[in-house]
Amino acid sequence: MHIPDGYLSPATCVTMYGASAPFWYAALARMKRTLHTQTAPLLAVFSALSFIVMMFNLPLPGGTTGHAVGVATAAIVLGPWGAILSISMALVIQALLFGDGGITAIGANCFNMAIAGALVAYAVYRLISGRAAIGAHRRVIAAGAAGYIAINVSALLAAIEFGLQPMLFHDGMGAPLYAPYPLHIAIPAMMIGHLTIAGLAETVLAAGVVAYLQKADPELLEATAPAATRSCAAPLGVTEPGATWRRTRPLWISLGVLLALTPVGIVAAGSAWGEWSPADFSNQAARRQIARASGSVELPAAVPHGLRRLADVWTSPMPRYSAPFLRSAAFGYLLSAMTGAGLIILAWVFFSWLQRRARDGAGGVP
Amino acid sequence: MSRTSAGFAERSIHSLLDAVDYAAQAEKRAESAGLLQAMDARLKLAGVLLVIIAVVTSRALVPIAAVLGGSILLAIGSGIRVRAIATTVWIPALLFTGAIALPSIFLVQHGARSAAFLVLRSVTCATLSAVLVFSTPWPALLKGLRALRVPAIAVTILGMTYRYLFSILDVARDMLESRRSRTVGVLTGAEERRMAAGAAGVLLSRSVLLSREVHFAMLSRGFRGEAFTLENRPILSHDWVYFSGFSVAAAAVLWFGR
Repeated sequence: MHIPDGYLSPATCVTMYGASAPFWYAALARMKRTLHTQTAPLLAVFSALSFIVMMFNLPLPGGTTGHAVGVATAAIVLGPWGAILSISMALVIQALLFGDGGITAIGANCFNMAIAGALVAYAVYRLISGRAAIGAHRRVIAAGAAGYIAINVSALLAAIEFGLQPMLFHDGMGAPLYAPYPLHIAIPAMMIGHLTIAGLAETVLAAGVVAYLQKADPELLEATAPAATRSCAAPLGVTEPGATWRRTRPLWISLGVLLALTPVGIVAAGSAWGEWSPADFSNQAARRQIARASGSVELPAAVPHGLRRLADVWTSPMPRYSAPFLRSAAFGYLLSAMTGAGLIILAWVFFSWLQRRARDGAGGVP
Repeated sequence: MSRTSAGFAERSIHSLLDAVDYAAQAEKRAESAGLLQAMDARLKLAGVLLVIIAVVTSRALVPIAAVLGGSILLAIGSGIRVRAIATTVWIPALLFTGAIALPSIFLVQHGARSAAFLVLRSVTCATLSAVLVFSTPWPALLKGLRALRVPAIAVTILGMTYRYLFSILDVARDMLESRRSRTVGVLTGAEERRMAAGAAGVLLSRSVLLSREVHFAMLSRGFRGEAFTLENRPILSHDWVYFSGFSVAAAAVLWFGR
């Protein structure tokens, strides 16, 4: 994603420097205000670290490898402003000293990766992690999501910058002077690689580092978790009695309300599109409704052979969310909802029990 | 040791060693005698930037090709081997840009001309950047940035970053090598990912400790948050001659490439 020289027009480069400058200024002012004399050493060391982390060849699911930018990790540990500066410094050194990314494109590269990447990563991390404890698994998921979304937003910005070039800049013969592909080619071409390999690399790094820091150095995660509950922050796995119930109480209440509202579903008439039964093919009212919902395309006159053959393979004990022995449709709906939700909760209790058992068994082996 | 278990550690060690090697080569060449090494870093940086901007602005291929030829001559005059530029700059640039530019021949109207622009421009700019880095020690380059009105604090941080880069590179390399030497058996993908995340996490914790130590060391030497850079050597008449050369080249590219 490091844009080299020659891919972007001078006008785009100047615009991107201009777009980055206020963020650099604000970040530097903010860091100096909060850290004062510590700004220089902290940012210098973190910039060096960002540079090195970018060199790690991360093994990814599927057997391939990829490089991460480390922007989510920096945003989670340093906060967005520190991350903007440290990733920018690493990108400047990469461009000036190692020729990775162009000198004229430093503004664009910093805007895409350091500025947009850091702000998006921080916002996603804070949004998903919420008030979760420092040691909560939710923070690992939040970090992974932050890395994935941030790197894809950065890639999308780079793709848009590439894609705008042939629209705006071409020579007298009409040949594109800079990046040659229009938006409809540049965006998918750029995003395929980032939605898969680069996004995964960033996810693996961010989630892995947060999981590691939760165990080894949780203090480093506290700067960007001001509202974190302290109950789990101390020893991992030790939960205050009743804390689980307090945390999940809103979810249980919401589930109860939704269950109570399930009979409202009866108000919606007809079948969901594509969920037709063989009987609907011979029912004129159903046929008219399906044709209306399918752009006036009529159903075939006869039930398709495959549908007829497979429709009776499995007969549900509660077909169409109503038990045959109940007269009240509303009560049938409610009972179906309670049965379904209960079965799902039971399945999760069973899997949690299996997981705990496996963990306890593994923990016993020296 | 299995092929997989060596994977992450070995590949990352290679990347780290390549970076150290590249920086060491640049440092060594920058300190040797040569045409561009004799030029003041501030004017050299400004001059090279002017030419790069002219190359990026040019709407004709010939002036860009002329700059590429000129930068090769400058490299030879500065004792920088063309082979070194070919291996460190041209091959990576051609591989990367070529992969992007080649399909445009078939997908875009006037694709061949567009591909030529992309490849020639990126290779020329990369060559100019390499000539600048291979002929200028990093501290002098930073002074050049200061002359271009980059804030002193940013220049100080860049200078410190470069210094601690090698310190953390050493730690990372030692850590990965020791881990590799103790790894026996087959590591699964998940275990490799845990190892990579652990390595990054350890480096993070160590970096925080290092930054605290550096901070205390700076405070004990009287640092109060204000950054200053050392005085530069005066700009001599021959520096202006070199700079005029760069300026004329940039103006010519802009004129013929308009």
